Amino acid sequence: MPDIVTIKDLSKTYQSGFRALKHVNLDIADGEILALLGPNGAGKTTLISIICGIVTPSTGSVTVNGFDNITDYRQTRAMIGLVPQELTLGQFDTVWNTVSFSRGLFGRKKNPAYLEQLLKDLSLFDKRDSELRALSGGMKRRVLIAKALSHEPKILFLDEPTAGVDVELRKDMWNIVRRLRDSGVTIILTTHYIEEAEAIADRIGVINRGELLLVEDKQTLMHNLGKKQLIVELKQSASHLPPTLAGYDLELSDDGNQLTYTYDTASDSTGITDMLKAIQGAGLSLKDMQIKQSSLEDIFVDLVKHDHQPADTSEAQP
Amino acid sequence: MNFQAIRVIFHQEMLRAYETLFQSLASPVISTCLYFIVFGSAIGSRIEDIEGVSYGLFIVPGLTMLSLLTQSIANASFGIFFPKFTGTIYEIHSAPISHFEILIGYVGAAATKSLIIGIIILFTASFFVELKIAHPFLMVTFLILTCISFSLFGFIIGLWANDFEKLQVIPLLVITPLVFLGGSFYSVSMLPPFWQTVTLFNPVVYLISGFRWSFFEVSDVSVGVSLAMIVGFLVVCIGIVGWMFRTGYRVKQ
Repeated sequence: MPDIVTIKDLSKTYQSGFRALKHVNLDIADGEILALLGPNGAGKTTLISIICGIVTPSTGSVTVNGFDNITDYRQTRAMIGLVPQELTLGQFDTVWNTVSFSRGLFGRKKNPAYLEQLLKDLSLFDKRDSELRALSGGMKRRVLIAKALSHEPKILFLDEPTAGVDVELRKDMWNIVRRLRDSGVTIILTTHYIEEAEAIADRIGVINRGELLLVEDKQTLMHNLGKKQLIVELKQSASHLPPTLAGYDLELSDDGNQLTYTYDTASDSTGITDMLKAIQGAGLSLKDMQIKQSSLEDIFVDLVKHDHQPADTSEAQP
Repeated sequence: MNFQAIRVIFHQEMLRAYETLFQSLASPVISTCLYFIVFGSAIGSRIEDIEGVSYGLFIVPGLTMLSLLTQSIANASFGIFFPKFTGTIYEIHSAPISHFEILIGYVGAAATKSLIIGIIILFTASFFVELKIAHPFLMVTFLILTCISFSLFGFIIGLWANDFEKLQVIPLLVITPLVFLGGSFYSVSMLPPFWQTVTLFNPVVYLISGFRWSFFEVSDVSVGVSLAMIVGFLVVCIGIVGWMFRTGYRVKQ
């Protein structure tokens, strides 16, 4: 797939001195769902705010479908829809008026039929004449999505779309995102819910302290960085690890009933056969075995933990 | 040019006034009536004519300007401050809309609302005094120029303010005294010579004087100077807004 967004050497230092982004390079493919994963304050919102034109970059460039997002802002912004993190909505507007306002703001002529379908797709049509202040948090989030889609964008940015929403609505949001991707919309979402990225993303980018640590296809990421563990339960507990097993990456549990063997899924040989033979050779009997695969969460925690760059001295936030 | 964006911003701002239609209309009508009852009838009847114009009639231009200035500033400053306050400004910043188009939408709506209020005040005044306008075209020119330039000034305040206190401080502490001391209710020639000189540093004097001239051909300063002052103020406001947009000062991070 061709790239629809190209980010080159993007950095942002706020007036307070806080360095929110450091030399970020990223290509986003047309039609994909990219999840940007990172802890709070990692720079996720700054990154998408720059692409959308809300924040001015200190250095670097962003092109959207070949257009520069500063010099050709009319072309780039017309292609982008943004769902912000906060429930930022006027209180007294009706659902219909606020969505119509957004469509006009992006230069599109009135199209009641499109807006009607959009509101129906988001289960908002019944609420079209309701004032925004009368809506629940979940409904308000749907309104924000409707506003972002009102001008039929090619790219949709969702900044923490499921922060603070219940499980049912979260699953509902994921279905909406999948449906949008199926209709050809490129989706970039930021999240700190690893489960969310694991469930819906095609590619995952991990961002921490303003640096993009990696961007990888989800399956490749889990294959390359994921570890598997073979847990062997022993019939009789062992007081210590026999010397013949010292050459293997084995760990004996405190109660002596369990041996855990960690191996690399990407390597040609896992060494499981030899290791099992060695256990038998050491006179230990096997009661049961189970295999555990590391989740994206384990990978993420590992990545962020090993990101040993010195922290910014400034505590200031944008 | 993103005409659709200008249309929706303008429409949204006008809708806001429409939703509070009673307050928007009742407030200027009631305050005008009160001024006329107090200054026009009660006190005015004991004040002699000023340069051949009865006191009740003399205060009409000043009274109109008083409302026009405060309404223009309030409408425009609130119009742009409110999206900043609620956070909905993100949508304006992320839309394919130029600074000039944003300006036309917000300032255009604020100036239109003020113009309507100005006309309502003049209409209300016509119930109390026999209103005569010597130069209607010039009167309308002053009215429109004032609405636009002070709406621009209000827009600057709305961009600059990052809390409600700052939003209120300039209209309350600067504009209201300038208007009251700008000859709304008196002729500058009624002041002692020293204060006449001081008053000439008040830009509102020129505005009210020029506007008054278009009614009665009576003014404190020449009408040409008045027009030049209001155009100058307009240019300064455009320059400040242009600079704020260009540098992103209080606009964008």
